[in-house]
Amino acid sequence: MILNSLILGSIPQLPLAHWIDNFVDWLVQFTGFFNAITNFIGSINNAFQWVFDLIPIWLFIVLVLALTFYVNRDKQNWGLLIFELLGLLMIWNLDFWRDMTQTLTLVLTSSLIALVIGIPLGILMAKSHTAEIILKPILDFMQTMPAFVYLIPAVALFGIGMVPGIVASVIFAMPPTVRMTNMGIREVPNELIEAADSFGSTEWQKLFKVELPLAKTSLMAGVNQSMMLSLSMVVIASMIGAMGLGTKVYFAVGRNDAGNGFAAGLAIVILAIILDRLTQSLTRSHRK
Amino acid sequence: MSTQKSTKVEVKNLTKIFGKHINKARELSRQGKDKTEILKETGATIGVDQASFKIYDGEIFVIMGLSGSGKSTLVRMINRLIEPTEGEVLIDGENLMKIDKKELREVRRKKMSMVFQNFGLLPNRTVLENTEYGLEIQGVDKTTREQKANEALETVGITGYNDEYPDQLSGGMQQRVGLARALANDPEILLMDEAFSALDPLNRTDMQDQLLDIQERLHKTIIFISHDLNEALKIGDRIMIMKDAKVIQTGTPEDILTHPANEYVEEFIENVDRSKVLTAGNVMIRPTIVNIEKAGPRLALKMMKDTEVSTAYVVDSRRNLLGIVDANDVIKLVRDKNGDLTSIVQTKVPTTSEDTPISDLMDDISQTGIPFAVINDKKQLLGIIVRGAVLGALAGNEVSDFE
Repeated sequence: MILNSLILGSIPQLPLAHWIDNFVDWLVQFTGFFNAITNFIGSINNAFQWVFDLIPIWLFIVLVLALTFYVNRDKQNWGLLIFELLGLLMIWNLDFWRDMTQTLTLVLTSSLIALVIGIPLGILMAKSHTAEIILKPILDFMQTMPAFVYLIPAVALFGIGMVPGIVASVIFAMPPTVRMTNMGIREVPNELIEAADSFGSTEWQKLFKVELPLAKTSLMAGVNQSMMLSLSMVVIASMIGAMGLGTKVYFAVGRNDAGNGFAAGLAIVILAIILDRLTQSLTRSHRK
Repeated sequence: MSTQKSTKVEVKNLTKIFGKHINKARELSRQGKDKTEILKETGATIGVDQASFKIYDGEIFVIMGLSGSGKSTLVRMINRLIEPTEGEVLIDGENLMKIDKKELREVRRKKMSMVFQNFGLLPNRTVLENTEYGLEIQGVDKTTREQKANEALETVGITGYNDEYPDQLSGGMQQRVGLARALANDPEILLMDEAFSALDPLNRTDMQDQLLDIQERLHKTIIFISHDLNEALKIGDRIMIMKDAKVIQTGTPEDILTHPANEYVEEFIENVDRSKVLTAGNVMIRPTIVNIEKAGPRLALKMMKDTEVSTAYVVDSRRNLLGIVDANDVIKLVRDKNGDLTSIVQTKVPTTSEDTPISDLMDDISQTGIPFAVINDKKQLLGIIVRGAVLGALAGNEVSDFE
């Protein structure tokens, strides 16, 4: 006991929290930069939302069914089609439609950003040993840090609303895309790399004609995971004003309203299943 | 062999050391330490140790060795898939080590193509698209490359599979596509890394025959890696044997078989199916020859007595084979005081040419009592093949009583 308090007493507490606050404060001065990002992400988000608001609900349902039919054209899954029809009709019936499209918008925007940043990072990681050593711990950090924590600086830098929600989702959801892209490229058989080289491919030709096509399955699995992770962020993001089904759940928690909470939760599950099955079907190759 | 062949590829002192402490490993290697000792002392692996050789234009040059002998590393240094630690590779006199990335790419695109052990076909591309790959990356337009790819596929004998994917084809077919892809670029040099090793024996033999066929038409310079001596002896114009990163012997199949450089090579060739390699010329012996224009029955009889044979081969002054005479018939002639051998010459003599493999003669040799006469295009008698000499050669004894 005495020894314990002696040791602890002699070492001053690390001002870690203070440092991080200082860092965030320091970042805040670049308001112009963060405003630009906010506007950029906001406009992607608004574009998705605008499209979803424009499409009549019945047409939206038909389009989802048609897309499912198309990606499964070699092996139809009628059960999935029926599930999608009933599920979407139920969301409509429960009057969650607009919330669902808001959630979908958040998921699509953050997945899109995660892909655009994550795939090049994954490629870099596969090509450069140094990049791999640097990125690996960062990815671990991004994924294991409780997602709530991202909300705090996100609000400081991007304000309240959809955008900070999207930013937090991107940070949380991006690692699988990076990892799976890296893995997919590294797992391309050495003989195929040698074949590409021996015929005189440039690095870009090798990447686009050999490595990426062969990494496709793994890469799409990463995309699928990223999408699911960003969907898991919607309730958390609702705490800082990202609208959607998450908000319904969040309010239900506050009001101890189990009925509405589960109803909104079920809508999220339906959306998740549809997105999951669609991206998984995209992974499979279609041969004549 | 007398015609001067031009050198296509020259390799000088080519060395590859993998791992760290390369300088120290090189030092030790110069001091004559072997691969295992160097690995123990420095942790570096000698892949290829100062290989020097020349490959002539239009020949099939087989690099032979067991796994770990450095043959695959060596062939990859010829197109710089593996960067050599030191040494030079000259192609048509141009030093490949001195050119930059862009020029190297040009060399790989235009001058040499590679065929891989496990075919190296892209699984997401059809047969045609795979075959087009080399041309596609050069920016050749769609119509031209399709036409060239189709030509190449025809050369290797696969038509009608253009839209199939590699995994829908058998191993033999896949490797034909691999070969077609390499040929589509119309390269001067083909690098074939254990190209037929993954195939089953029947397919392998087929592919070997086909390669020889193609070579007859196209006259490429082929560098072929193999661990199978039978294969090497069958397709190689010259063979280079490697062991523990070092070149042990370079020579024609016959050289290697008849004059193995050391015990290692000797051991290696012990298991070879010699009947496929040795030709009639290798095993023929000197017959008892009677020149009908000079000799009568008495001289013929004396010669047969001296050489202890019961059959003599009858030729004219130009050494053209006329037939054989039997000792009993000659004795009869002598008794009858008949001076003309012509009446007893038997003209039915089995003949063969000098370069016929023994395997083709085996059946006939065991069935006929009369030794085969080996003759050239002008019907001149070169030698004869007796059963004993054939068996001796197959057992690995040198046929020495000819010269």
